[in-house]
Amino acid sequence: MYNPFSLEGRTILVTGASSGIGRGISIDCAKMGATVHLVARNEERLNETLSQMEGEGHIIHKVDLCSSDDIYNMIEVIPKLDGIILCAGIIKTMPVKNINEEAISEIFNTNIIGDIKLISRILRKRKLNHGCSVIFISSVSTFNVKVGNSLYSATKGAVNSFAKAMALEVSKQDIRVNCIQPGFVPSAILGCGAIEEDCFLKFYAERHPLGFGTPTDIANCCIYLLSDAARWVTGSIFTIDGGYTLQ
Amino acid sequence: MNLEEFIKAFAEEFDETPADIFKADTKYRQLKEWSSLTALSIISMVDDQFDKTITGADIRSTETIEDLFNIVQAK
Repeated sequence: MYNPFSLEGRTILVTGASSGIGRGISIDCAKMGATVHLVARNEERLNETLSQMEGEGHIIHKVDLCSSDDIYNMIEVIPKLDGIILCAGIIKTMPVKNINEEAISEIFNTNIIGDIKLISRILRKRKLNHGCSVIFISSVSTFNVKVGNSLYSATKGAVNSFAKAMALEVSKQDIRVNCIQPGFVPSAILGCGAIEEDCFLKFYAERHPLGFGTPTDIANCCIYLLSDAARWVTGSIFTIDGGYTLQ
Repeated sequence: MNLEEFIKAFAEEFDETPADIFKADTKYRQLKEWSSLTALSIISMVDDQFDKTITGADIRSTETIEDLFNIVQAK
């Protein structure tokens, strides 16, 4: 049967694979035939993701993306990749005048600096196969801003810009780089901080014409971008938000 | 932390409202300057200065600054 979206025989790496969107992407990519390397800090939750995955050969890597040593050690042991999906991320909600250095370091290290270190080293070590697809999970918050979310928006804006510049650089190797900007996908990222509340959920529910998203809604875009169907797609930013940013 | 220190730190999160307006029994959510942004400032201030985590629901459950102080104390 004609299937340009198959991931049979592909090896991919997913960061933030222990929960939320990263977990959903790992599970769905495995369903499409990929072998997945799952990266996150929490081994127990990585194993929970692994237990929900089809197929054999998936491997977990307990890695803190804020630790250069962790990143570099992992890159030594992984095989050559056909795809990378960078989902690891945290939210820090605070007004600009309340921002402190600790918050800046934590969110920038997790949301963008770790990604840059990982990608740079992987390229240096030639761990990407010809035709590899790199996907950054960004956010609609790059352009649809909210009070108190300046740090998060700044990190995700950096992700978008980095991805575009990288796409240009690696095109000669047929490596493609794209971003997905999800709307509201309920997940554990919201569990820490002041934002997970009934009124918050109600506010967002009323503004998503197609309702809230699920990790699978984002995973399906990843599957497309990883597959041969997206052979001619690079440097693009996909907003997938159930119509949230239409108005 | 005592109530007086809390009121002082609380007042510092406001840009327009004069500091002498803030008393233990001030119904702070009725202040003209109060907004979701000031609420986030108060949450950040409590986290920073008192190492306690309060939520928007905690804030909405209070009327006066002393009410909020008591919630922070109980955390």
